[in-house]
Amino acid sequence: MCLAIPALIKVIEDKEAEAEIGGITRRISLWLTPEARVGDYVLVHTGYAINILDEEEAAETLSLLEEIAGLAEEEG
Amino acid sequence: MKFVSEFRRSELAEGLISQIHRKSRTPARFMEFCGGHTVTIFRYGIRQVLPRTLDMVSGPGCPICVTANADLDKAIALSQIPEVIIATFGDMLKVPGSRSSLQEVKADGADVHTVYSTMDALRMAEENPTKSVVFLGIGFETTAPTIAASILQAEEKGIGNYYVLSMHKLCPPVLRAILDSGEVKLHGLICPGHVSAIIGSHPWEFIARDYGIPCVVSGFEPLDILQCVDMLVDQIENGESRVEIAYRRGVHPEGNQQALRLMEQVFEPCPTQWRGIGEVPDSGLKLRKKYQHFDAELAFDIDPGPAYEPVGCICGDILRGVKTPADCQLFGKACTPEHPVGPCMVSSEGSCSAYYLYGGGFEG
Repeated sequence: MCLAIPALIKVIEDKEAEAEIGGITRRISLWLTPEARVGDYVLVHTGYAINILDEEEAAETLSLLEEIAGLAEEEG
Repeated sequence: MKFVSEFRRSELAEGLISQIHRKSRTPARFMEFCGGHTVTIFRYGIRQVLPRTLDMVSGPGCPICVTANADLDKAIALSQIPEVIIATFGDMLKVPGSRSSLQEVKADGADVHTVYSTMDALRMAEENPTKSVVFLGIGFETTAPTIAASILQAEEKGIGNYYVLSMHKLCPPVLRAILDSGEVKLHGLICPGHVSAIIGSHPWEFIARDYGIPCVVSGFEPLDILQCVDMLVDQIENGESRVEIAYRRGVHPEGNQQALRLMEQVFEPCPTQWRGIGEVPDSGLKLRKKYQHFDAELAFDIDPGPAYEPVGCICGDILRGVKTPADCQLFGKACTPEHPVGPCMVSSEGSCSAYYLYGGGFEG
């Protein structure tokens, strides 16, 4: 029930936005993330953006996981 | 970056799995609190790829499952008032109450509508000025701010026929209750990612500090869960217990301050009943005095009658992590997703539903 999915903000109108979720455009509320901007990825839960996703953190996590996978491969 | 497929890469999963196997020496039992995590764990067969040292148990993190029958009966009683339209998230429809379900009363003519968002419920209220729209406020800290926002929007727009039946539940207090009961021995906690997106990671610190249990906040993709397990194993092997975040792209330690402000503005904590767990102090939310005119329970006179639980159903024990669906005599026989007896089989995030759909959990 706490499902929240990433959505890309395309257009902002007041406290609402048009966002792309898996190729589909949906209207979402920005009441909980008033600082969101066009081009941000947000986590959408029941039609509300509940957080802005942090691209830098995501990239850092992935490079850490790549490093771990590299280590595993080396040790065979 | 799409924030989804990147976190499902199998070569990265293999790296994490072999690292976990290499590091894990101490037998440990981890609880995934959240039903969303349960689904990821079962869908991707994560229990089966972990070393024998690690045991996983599902927690009570499914809002539909933990809603007490007494509350469900109130929703059903409200649906019997002629001018009332019930607006609810879809998962609630099939949950059996003491005598009936919302789906059954809908079939008998009650005005029950499934909505995706409170925004839809507000629109419904605007479009039906002679009716009263009652939104069933089910959910944890992830959902409560969205319902607070809907009440504030109703106030702002002067929508006088929108009401909320507040059945919200708060996660940290129920974890304290479960740990205090001593029924289930845990060595690590996979903390809910989207609850933490709102409340942050600090509210879990009492678990690491007072109970010595390592806590890691996880996202919902398979790599998130594996990274979280890896971090828990690290803490255990190093003899540490602290709160860490594996889901850093979605969770800040301080949470979402705007969401917390709205929730605080509209709601205040109150004791509430959890299915299988009983009354837990300060684990529910009720509308503050200023917003009580939106409270469906105060606005309508209802008599839901006495509540009772289905005979033979062990959802309560499963929600506390004491039993698994494999222990239930009804599972897969009298109780299936088509004909659910208990809520853990109805909700897509319920343990019984995950066991039934993805199987393979029995040896886990």
